[in-house]
Amino acid sequence: MMNNIYKKFEQASIALFAMASTMAWAVNDLPGGPAVRQLNLHPPVTKIAEEQVWLHWFMLIICTVIFVAVFGVMFYSIWKHRKSTGHKAATFHESLKVEIAWTVVPFVIVILMALPATKAVVASKDTSNADLTIKATGYQWKWGYDYIKGEGEGIGFISTLDNAQREMSNSGKPEPTDDYLLKVDNPLVVPVNQKIRIITTSNDVIHSFAVNSFGIKQDAIPGFVRDTWFRAEKTGDFYGQCQELCGKEHAYMPIHVKVVSAQEYTAWVADQNKKLAAKQDDPNKVWTMADLMQKGEKVYAANCQACHQANGKGMGPIKTLDGAAVVLDADAGKVIKVLLNGQNNLTMPAWKQLSDSEIAAVISYTKNNWSNKTGQLVQPAQVLAARQ
Amino acid sequence: MSAVLHPHGHGADHAHDDHHGAPHGWRRWVYATNHKDIGTLYLLFAFTMLIIGGVLALGIRAELFKPGLQLVNPELFNQLTTMHGLIMVFGAIMPAFVGFANWMIPLQIGASDMAFARMNNFSFWLMIPAALILAGSFFMPGGAPAGGWTLYAPLSLQMGPSMDAAIFALHILGASSIMGSINIIVTILNMRAPGMTLMKMPMFVWTWLITAYLLIAVMPVLAGAITMTLTDRHFGTTFFNPAAGGDPVMFQHIFWFFGHPEVYIMILPAFGIISQIIPAFSRKKLFGYASMVYATSSIAILSFIVWAHHMYTTGMPVTGQLFFMYATMLISVPTGVKVFNWVATMWKGSMTFETPMLFAVGFIFVFTMGGFTGLILAMAPIDLQLQDGYYVVAHFHYVLVAGSLFTMFAGYYYWAPKWTGVMYNETRGKIHFWWTLISFNVTFFPMHFLGLAGMPRRYADYPMQFADFNALASVGGFAFGIAQVYFFFFVVLPTMRGKGEPAPQRPWEAAEGLEWEVPSPAPFHTFETPPKLNRDATRIVA
Repeated sequence: MMNNIYKKFEQASIALFAMASTMAWAVNDLPGGPAVRQLNLHPPVTKIAEEQVWLHWFMLIICTVIFVAVFGVMFYSIWKHRKSTGHKAATFHESLKVEIAWTVVPFVIVILMALPATKAVVASKDTSNADLTIKATGYQWKWGYDYIKGEGEGIGFISTLDNAQREMSNSGKPEPTDDYLLKVDNPLVVPVNQKIRIITTSNDVIHSFAVNSFGIKQDAIPGFVRDTWFRAEKTGDFYGQCQELCGKEHAYMPIHVKVVSAQEYTAWVADQNKKLAAKQDDPNKVWTMADLMQKGEKVYAANCQACHQANGKGMGPIKTLDGAAVVLDADAGKVIKVLLNGQNNLTMPAWKQLSDSEIAAVISYTKNNWSNKTGQLVQPAQVLAARQ
Repeated sequence: MSAVLHPHGHGADHAHDDHHGAPHGWRRWVYATNHKDIGTLYLLFAFTMLIIGGVLALGIRAELFKPGLQLVNPELFNQLTTMHGLIMVFGAIMPAFVGFANWMIPLQIGASDMAFARMNNFSFWLMIPAALILAGSFFMPGGAPAGGWTLYAPLSLQMGPSMDAAIFALHILGASSIMGSINIIVTILNMRAPGMTLMKMPMFVWTWLITAYLLIAVMPVLAGAITMTLTDRHFGTTFFNPAAGGDPVMFQHIFWFFGHPEVYIMILPAFGIISQIIPAFSRKKLFGYASMVYATSSIAILSFIVWAHHMYTTGMPVTGQLFFMYATMLISVPTGVKVFNWVATMWKGSMTFETPMLFAVGFIFVFTMGGFTGLILAMAPIDLQLQDGYYVVAHFHYVLVAGSLFTMFAGYYYWAPKWTGVMYNETRGKIHFWWTLISFNVTFFPMHFLGLAGMPRRYADYPMQFADFNALASVGGFAFGIAQVYFFFFVVLPTMRGKGEPAPQRPWEAAEGLEWEVPSPAPFHTFETPPKLNRDATRIVA
């Protein structure tokens, strides 16, 4: 009878769990990112990460052994030395020998644990002799990557979460997606088997650059530069997320690193340089209203919409653009200044990393969208002038 | 006829205690100078804050039940995590232990009251406006602070006016804590009954003495950090503002110089409570009293030199990282000594498992897991994987909920008969224990896996591979919350109303200490003339 009830309960709970896990979220493991119901650290692709995984197992085993030993004794005592079994309390207490032993033994164990950890710390801190140096800049809420030294020097771009995924999150009913909240427009591309030094800094508040499979995590601190390094031993896509609370979109600034072969990397660099040349703004070009509006809409969607909303009304502390005095003002210099320098302790961040034409276009867009019908145009030359 | 609600007019046999009885009505509480009344106020206040902080936590867990934003926007989510942390640390755990201290320290050392009775009143009543300001910040423009309970700069510089409110509230709470600590230290050092030498004091008194020194040492440091934040925000200073040469990392150093001893402020009194309950229900003396005192002191001293293990990822020089790693790992030695001591006390005892003992044993078991994950996090290379992730969240809830909160439950069940004069309902106590223990582990154990798999903390939404463990944790969280509501309505409230078996003067067969030398409920005034004590200062000799 009891057996039967137990079996039924077991079946019911398995069914319930299966329903909860498979019906709602039909997702697969993401190679280089999290696996479904992953229990341990990511499979390592660098020596440092390998070391970390080994250290974690080492610690876990020692701790488990001690745990089982100590609580084995405790539960044995709980079982045997109960009043209800008629056990009479002994009267012993204080024993210098025992007390010295249980101070010295843990001390020795701790030293044994510290030795391999020391080796790993020293290795992870050695950022010298890098083949490629990349600066990762945290922005609220995106990453900027600048290739500073090595093959690809001069390449720089911004990496933002896929806007469709951000909207899916807001909708409350995201479709099952394997790389949910991890898909970016421009991944960081690096060659395999080369020592990559990442310099981190930030434009506003503290962010943290991390990729689990590489075993790296380094805060990006405004006003300071810090560095870390990795040498990926496998090609593929690897993911991380910002790890230091950086404001409302903290969960929406992922890191995607694409590790490619040396040849693919060289090809990618050539391609980027070509695009870079094409993108160069001619500051003297005079844009038409239609072109500015078209470009501005794209820039707005990629950079502004998360806070100011599609309707331009903002929300909470985020100011409205629709009908705002500074947007409507005939002196475009005011609003250009806000975009270049930020405002309200950078609650409105500085956008100086955008190109002149992008800033000109997005300002023109806000001046002529929603109920704002000023007819005013801002040209890239004005932005360039304001930069100086 | 409980001391909590109806103090006046207890039995004629100790009528001499009543020659200046308790004031009546609201005056009794507002003008309270009696350590027992103030202790009760502290405990009720802390429980209220526990429920408020708990509701915020359930808001977090409800949002994280499945991927996507269903209930709150990311801004409100950050406010929830921030306020949950601040309210639980400063509003629930710290005041609750002060409540225990107020009730028990004078009773345990044979003193008539706390040394500074009126200041005691002031330190309690300061907390009310502070709590109102803190909780009220949700209704200020821009909502409550959303920069995390650690208030890291420069994010804290971006917050709305509620950040100023929170800073003000923390200042007031800090002042209250410092006054409370001075009171406790002076009481312990000056008001012990003759014969109660320092090394005969109950462990709870010892741990609180050490905790009070920690509080006096570090609360001003927090005050400094938040004052600098305030002047950065409004008066043009740039301590932490990098735009003008300030250093955001300096904030973290100052904050954690406060923050790490703060962790021990929240756990040392817990160790004290456990060190009294385990011997009582094992019917055997604490194995190593002196080594417990030394271990507690070593933990307190070490707590000042480990702060930067919260900051491995800020980019410290390699020597710095090594120093803080070694120092942190060293703390596991005195902590281990404590656990070994408790187990050795139980060994060959004659144990019974009433609710206080269940919570005490549950504490040792679950807290030790939190201790081990702490040791794993102390290893800088592993911490690079786990820092700012859910493993850390699991770790500190194992030490703060299973550590501090479980011991408070243990302490409540152990001493409430003395406070209220009635026994709590044992069956309900056991239900509360098992329900709490199981739901706690269902909530927080899966977070270890989430952390290892790389889920960052303070995320309003997460990749879908994390969905199942988050759903499990949310279910556990709600069960845990309901358990505490059950505890209040079905265990605490009946005892406060005096419903239940009358408690004998010594409800526990082998419990030692002066608190069991006074009747149950403890009369409004106790030990008005210093008692004469036996040799080991555990009994009054006529």
